[in-house]
Amino acid sequence: MLEALLVMALGAVVLGAALGYAAVRFRVEGDPLVEKIDAILPQTQCGQCGFPGCKPYAQAIAKGEAEINQCPPGGEEGIHKLADLLGREVKPLSAEHGIEKPKSIALIDEQTCIGCTLCIQACPVDAIVGAAKQMHTVIAKQCTGCELCLPPCPVDCISMEPIPESVESWKWRYPVVRIVPADKAAA
Amino acid sequence: MNALQRLFRFNGGVKPDYHKEPSTHLPIAVAPTPTLLVIPLHQSIGGPPRPLVKAGDGVLKGQRIGDADGNVSSAVHASTSGTVVAVEMRLMPHTSGLSAMCVVIEPDGRDEWVERNPFDFRAATPTATRDYLRDAGVVGLGGAVFPSHLKLNAGKQGKLDTLVLNGAECEPFITCDDVLMRERADRLLKGAAIMREMLAASRVLIGIEDNKPEAIAALEAASAGNIDTTIQVVAVPTRYPAGGAKQLIRVLTGIEVPHGERSTDYGVQCFNVGTAFAIYEAIALGQPLISRIVTVAGNVGQARNYEVLFGTSMRDLVALCAPLPDTDRVIMGGPMMGFRMPSDDVPVVKATNCVLVGSQKLFPQPPPEMPCIRCGECAKACPADLQPFEMYWFSRARIFGKAQEYHLFDCIECGCCAYVCPSRIPLVDYYRFAKSEIWAREVEKDAADLARDRYEFRLLREEREKQEKAAKLAAKTAAGREKAAAALAEAEKPARTPDEEAKHALIAAALERAKAQKEQVHPENTGNLTAEQRAEIVAIEARRAEIREQAKPHLRQDD
Amino acid sequence: MNNSPYFLKPASVQSVMMRVLLALIPGIAVYVWFFGAAVLVQIALASVTALLAEAAMLKLRGKPVMLFLGDGSALVTAWLIALTFPPIAPWWLTVIGVLAAIVIAKHLYGGLGQNPFNPAMVAFALMIVAYPSLMSQWPAVGFTDFMPQWNAIFGTRQLDAITMATPLDALRTALHTADARATVAGVLGNDATFGNIGGKGWEWVAAGYFIGGIYLLQQRIITWHMPAAFLATLFVISGGFALYDPTRFVGPSFHLFTGGAMLGAFFIITDPVSGCTTPRGKLIFAAGIGLLTWIIRTFGAYPDGIAFAVLLLNIAAPLIDMNTQPPVFGHKRKGGRPS
Ligand code: SF4
Ligand code: SF4
Ligand code: SF4
Repeated sequence: MLEALLVMALGAVVLGAALGYAAVRFRVEGDPLVEKIDAILPQTQCGQCGFPGCKPYAQAIAKGEAEINQCPPGGEEGIHKLADLLGREVKPLSAEHGIEKPKSIALIDEQTCIGCTLCIQACPVDAIVGAAKQMHTVIAKQCTGCELCLPPCPVDCISMEPIPESVESWKWRYPVVRIVPADKAAA
Repeated sequence: MNALQRLFRFNGGVKPDYHKEPSTHLPIAVAPTPTLLVIPLHQSIGGPPRPLVKAGDGVLKGQRIGDADGNVSSAVHASTSGTVVAVEMRLMPHTSGLSAMCVVIEPDGRDEWVERNPFDFRAATPTATRDYLRDAGVVGLGGAVFPSHLKLNAGKQGKLDTLVLNGAECEPFITCDDVLMRERADRLLKGAAIMREMLAASRVLIGIEDNKPEAIAALEAASAGNIDTTIQVVAVPTRYPAGGAKQLIRVLTGIEVPHGERSTDYGVQCFNVGTAFAIYEAIALGQPLISRIVTVAGNVGQARNYEVLFGTSMRDLVALCAPLPDTDRVIMGGPMMGFRMPSDDVPVVKATNCVLVGSQKLFPQPPPEMPCIRCGECAKACPADLQPFEMYWFSRARIFGKAQEYHLFDCIECGCCAYVCPSRIPLVDYYRFAKSEIWAREVEKDAADLARDRYEFRLLREEREKQEKAAKLAAKTAAGREKAAAALAEAEKPARTPDEEAKHALIAAALERAKAQKEQVHPENTGNLTAEQRAEIVAIEARRAEIREQAKPHLRQDD
Repeated sequence: MNNSPYFLKPASVQSVMMRVLLALIPGIAVYVWFFGAAVLVQIALASVTALLAEAAMLKLRGKPVMLFLGDGSALVTAWLIALTFPPIAPWWLTVIGVLAAIVIAKHLYGGLGQNPFNPAMVAFALMIVAYPSLMSQWPAVGFTDFMPQWNAIFGTRQLDAITMATPLDALRTALHTADARATVAGVLGNDATFGNIGGKGWEWVAAGYFIGGIYLLQQRIITWHMPAAFLATLFVISGGFALYDPTRFVGPSFHLFTGGAMLGAFFIITDPVSGCTTPRGKLIFAAGIGLLTWIIRTFGAYPDGIAFAVLLLNIAAPLIDMNTQPPVFGHKRKGGRPS
């Protein structure tokens, strides 16, 4: 009996030592938490979370000053990822910060644009080109769809157009598992 | 002559029923020119070509109507002469059922060619030859439609050991390469010789599955009288997917090209035999790629191979072959890897090697999916030596990282695993799903990274401008440090600076004017513009219209 | 509508399971010849119990009952239980064993394809721990009268007259408990229990299973890896020890042809769900079972070691699989050059 106990105890000690060694030996030097959170945030820079950009929001989450459910563009998936990373509980998107919308880009009605440059100043990613008194236009590839350019426009010439699904961006659906009624299956 | 050629083998593979016979009885026929051609602009891997024509334009046969967008792209051409009736969104031959930009041409029946000049590739630089082939729209005709000019590059060493021509054609039902080799062996070999020269390849191996003795005989006969003795015809054992590029390279040379690496780096390159023929036509005859041989088979009374102009509706093509009444679908490609079309009224494109007509009887709905019993059948059948059930497990659970660890992207979607699975699991569907999810995430991540960089750059720039402004102010006032400090504080304050005030006044005035204009007639800020600006506006308008057009189905969905 | 491939090979779980049952028949036939028809009663009993339990569990879990019942996996489990349990075990022993296998080992872990342990072996291990004596009572060879056996199964009395220990059990008991002079040769030579190779009758049953196993190999339902590695390990290790001290260790021919060795080699350890799947993994897995089987048979307190060996290796299977992934196409050799 005593021998068995000793053997078991010895085994536990050896295993524990091995695990401890592995933990020290193979520890990955992780990015600082803020970087990791920032990597999950969609970088829309829209400020809907109540912070002036994605990075400040990431910092606030890291410090525990903000909830993880304040980013509408990140949507439910973003919340899940944040919850995974931080070991927090998944919450539904907070309604006061907005709702998840299909991804859109800004489109300037160049007929009406007066060239005031106000939208250029508002755009967090410099996705609008144009100069004073010249028509402005949005570089579609760079627009994050943050909508920050909408309010400053004095002539309301900017609209948001959802990005359509194209043959290239189309995704295969999750295969549906057919549920067969028992009687049919028997046949 | 090939008795000495040593063959290798790849693991896995299956032997489905081939059904190739029926479509090889009759020689290739030329499909009639339809009343309307719908030519998608985007028919190859790479960037979508830019349209070069607009509604109302007259076009000649072989005229370029879409210009390659950058080097990783390929041009498209009018398949016959006629009038462009529209450049618009049309249903694509793609499982998604989505539309894309197409040039719709009404043929005039004259079938009038553009001027055709053979291209002297010996006199041209390799880059010029590649550009020429890009503009001739030559892409891989085995189904992957990878632009051929990108592959016709001898790589670092400037030469190649082996050029492999793929005539294996392992998919059931498809015989387009088979009949091409039987009927056009000589021209195909000329194309092969051109490619060999371009790639400075030491030898050319034409791999053909041994269930096509006629094709092998035809090519051997044609090459017998050929001076070029470096071209060898090699019969390879019939086993699906022997015609996969990687599998064929393995069988013929023993080399396994890992996923994501260029085979050129291993001294070998592989092209479909149809591509060799297209290269011959482009270089020797000056004809761009405007048609291809398409097998029509399956649930039809008379299966046959047709030479089809791109843009011809599959419906017209199938109608030539007496489809049986219980036909319920049209598949592009073969039964193992083909894709169901959203309608039979989609155009034949460069990727269409086969139009397979299906019915419940021919391709019955599989019995319901059962749980995986880890029997390992799929792993035994996988030609890529993967563990399909592990990838299935993780794809199904949406644990994509793990699926990738099991080499999801090495999967060639050949379907062998699903073919043998006793639990009837649509394994490949799970891989397609997981792959497209992973790609979408990559795209999203790239966009986010771009946005982050640009945002950070902007912050930096703003900071710099702020400081510059403060410095300027300080210099201007030239009244000592206190004032400079005050100015700095001023600049940092969110309040408006005097010149911003002025700007706002200006804006207000402009706003007034705009309002007044709006009330009068319609908003016009395009009064006195130069011709260039006008041209630019027209271009922008066109672009916008396009975006709106694309957005339409989406908008409707949202309503 | 489904996507490609549109062609499927005519194969189904059901046909796989049915062929496994078919492959068991030669072994069963020999079994009946030597030990009487009681085993058929056990098979029937186990089958009915298994199907009822399976149906009930499927119903409870909201699965299409007929579809899954038809897959035949419950029957395979039931037959294996009936064949590993003593043929004259009381009926409730078999019923409890089957229930444990189907309800606990299979469905509580998520049903077909999800069970980490071999259900039949879970049943065997549970019962042998709970009822060690009942689990080691076998009918004496040649005592094939049906009625006494029937009574043993459904009656309340155990008929000592017709039972005897299995050769493995008898050998170990003799070696362990008898006086120090007992030797392998002595035990094997002086008892009616022991036939020429693996115990009277037992070697013929084993041969029957072997034939079935060859059929499974020929049908490509199992691969050679597991049976070969298992039998080879058992052979080498028992042979080595028998050479070292033939008085205390019995040789390989006995080990291979007695107890559940052949049944295990082809039918039990090859259960794909709970075992390893990679070729190298299968070799390691089966060799591990062979080694443990020999250890438990030689030094343990239970009549046969296969059940425990299988369960232990089941635990290790995912780890073995993970570390024995075969090289993927193009990643085999550096540079993908031909070998
Ligand atoms: S263009 Fe408008 S919507 Fe797009 S990123 Fe800039 S401010 Fe945001
Ligand atoms: S063939 Fe099907 S049941 Fe067998 S291991 Fe593969 S996926 Fe699972
Ligand atoms: S589809 Fe992919 S996983 Fe399946 S057999 Fe083919 S390569 Fe292997």
